[in-house]
Amino acid sequence: MTKTVTDVICPFCGTLCDDLEVVVSDDGKQLLEVYNACAIGAEKFLHSQAKDRITRPRMRQEDGTWKEITYDEAVEYTANMLADAKKPLMYGWSSTNCEAQAVGAEIGEAVGAVMDNTATVCHGTSLIAVQDIGIPSCTLGEVKNRADRVLFWGCNPAHAHPRHMSRYSIFPRGFFTGKGHTGRKVIVVDPRPTDTASLADIHLQIEQGHDYELFDALRVAFKGEKLPDVVAGIPKEKIYEVAETLKSGRFAIIFFGMGVTQSIGKNHNIDAAIAVTRDLNEYTKAAIMPMRGHYNVTGSGQVWGWQFGFPFAVDLSRGFARYNPGETTSNDLLRRDEVDAVFVLGSDPGAHFPFNSVKKIYDLPSVVIDPHETPTSEVCKVHVPVAFVGVEIGGCAYRMDNVPIETRKVVDAPEGMMTDEEFLTRVLARVKELKGV
Amino acid sequence: METVTLTIKNQPGLFLEADSITPDAFAGKKAEEIVDLPVYVGREQFRLGDYFEVSGNAGATPAETKIVVNGDLSRVKYIGMKMTAGEIVANSNADMYVGAWMQGGKITVNGNVDAFAGTGMKGGEIAIKGNAGNYLGAAYRGDWRGMAGGKITVTGNAGSDLGTFMNGGEIVVDGDVDVHVATHAEGGRIIIKGNAKRRLGGQMVEGEIYVFGSIDVMMPGFAYREDVDVDVDGIKGRFALYEGDLGERHRKRKGQTIYAKLYQRIEA
Ligand code: SF4
Repeated sequence: MTKTVTDVICPFCGTLCDDLEVVVSDDGKQLLEVYNACAIGAEKFLHSQAKDRITRPRMRQEDGTWKEITYDEAVEYTANMLADAKKPLMYGWSSTNCEAQAVGAEIGEAVGAVMDNTATVCHGTSLIAVQDIGIPSCTLGEVKNRADRVLFWGCNPAHAHPRHMSRYSIFPRGFFTGKGHTGRKVIVVDPRPTDTASLADIHLQIEQGHDYELFDALRVAFKGEKLPDVVAGIPKEKIYEVAETLKSGRFAIIFFGMGVTQSIGKNHNIDAAIAVTRDLNEYTKAAIMPMRGHYNVTGSGQVWGWQFGFPFAVDLSRGFARYNPGETTSNDLLRRDEVDAVFVLGSDPGAHFPFNSVKKIYDLPSVVIDPHETPTSEVCKVHVPVAFVGVEIGGCAYRMDNVPIETRKVVDAPEGMMTDEEFLTRVLARVKELKGV
Repeated sequence: METVTLTIKNQPGLFLEADSITPDAFAGKKAEEIVDLPVYVGREQFRLGDYFEVSGNAGATPAETKIVVNGDLSRVKYIGMKMTAGEIVANSNADMYVGAWMQGGKITVNGNVDAFAGTGMKGGEIAIKGNAGNYLGAAYRGDWRGMAGGKITVTGNAGSDLGTFMNGGEIVVDGDVDVHVATHAEGGRIIIKGNAKRRLGGQMVEGEIYVFGSIDVMMPGFAYREDVDVDVDGIKGRFALYEGDLGERHRKRKGQTIYAKLYQRIEA
């Protein structure tokens, strides 16, 4: 016999779909099938069932091989590494629940760490812009029910957030959007002809790296001022047309991704995009939203926001919180040799950071907490496998629109495995002992 | 003016946070008291004397105190932070935040400086005899009040994000600058004697930018108005005047909209 668990949350991307159905064995130990999820979401659930999964901590030996150690030994190594360091980096925090993020922040405070999350290579630039000029935003529910002008800038949800378009942004029929797709005008700004662009009414094939100029041109067009003949490879007639299309809607939403947050200008691009949104509110209702990647990167910004006042790149080394991307961001710290130990949880810098930074992690004392074997576990001294959040343990996560959603446990973790939160709680207790606080 | 000479004797394993190297912290102290001022490496506090040889006594007030710093300072942050008077001469490259939030006095760096020099500067003078990093004379993160007064001169080149949110004061760069100049500025004056790349005056409300060399891409929000004769930093020349950022909000004075001004020198 099997059981079907309904209303399961997908712990993969920032869309945080909440309508999955998962079939589990009667004893609740095996996960058999996943319904309603997209391919990448389903894969995450099924991955937890891998037969060759690592279920105990491991320590790297002199000859490069792994030796199995106990969770107690892993706690001891981690606590000592953090307590001994003058300035440890505690990075990741995007693929775990808010409960674990909060305990991690307590450890960071006790050892004077720099706390940074994956926003540092993703939407951190958006957070800088938000701090500089604010953000008129909304929830995905409002998008579904109201938006009739949808602009995707530098993002490709068809591949990165597969169910975003069907659940919220292009296809669904909502309260004021009864015609679904046909009632919406979709605009895509992308230098490449992506699968998302193929669904657009207007595709602006912008010259790569000229986003800031095009945002500025839209603002000039809204005000009816004169434009140069061509901006960012787009003829001015087209820019006036897009400006008119956006102004004439009842509710415009701009979604943006790493095509603008990590190309030249970074935070300035988002700053200008927010200014475009603000300008549009002179004519209609408009909102803007970052397409956050990891399912709970938004949550780690929330947790640190309420604990330290800053959403990423928080330097606690001097006993008060300092925040200055460019200095306190992981890659700058690693590149400049500003940190002397690295702790990673819920992210894979080994795969996402530049080679020079990864090399620095390899050279330093380092621990990675991750259910998977990853490129990061390949360069760390200790690897601590844990239960999958959202599959084997519940906990709070924040969707890309800052709506908190409680994820659900659907199956048991393999016998004797710890969760992120349990492991961190043990490390915190040991750190306090070592520090005598 | 009394002079205190610091010579670095130990390089920090990580970076040294030396916000106590200011005439304000030194004033009224003898060398043997100055060595006890705090510096930090990560979460650990040390004495200034753990890293520097100190000789000479400070003057009675910051204005009567001059500090000369010798040796390799490329891993030392915050030199001259928040100083109000007096003088600092650093005979080396220096790391981040030289003269950040400075209010008065003078800093001379005989070398390059890393990012965030003159952050949120209110007054005084910084002379950089080499190159400057990114965010020279910019606002601190999230602050919409950037450089408000004082003067920064750079003999070499400057990085990106020069004068972000600038409100007043002057920055003169003899060499070239990277992208994003005077973003969000509401006042002040930036003079670039070399070449500029892109994104000058993006979202700029008020203030002036002068460029003697080339500009790779002009912002679409800047419109050409006329050619004018200008006398800037002692140099006379004919400049093309652009106004912008047309997309940004602007104040009105006597019924006239006030725009930011960008002058580009016309080849003589
Ligand atoms: S769109 Fe994202 S949250 Fe939804 S099922 Fe796919 S991976 Fe999971």
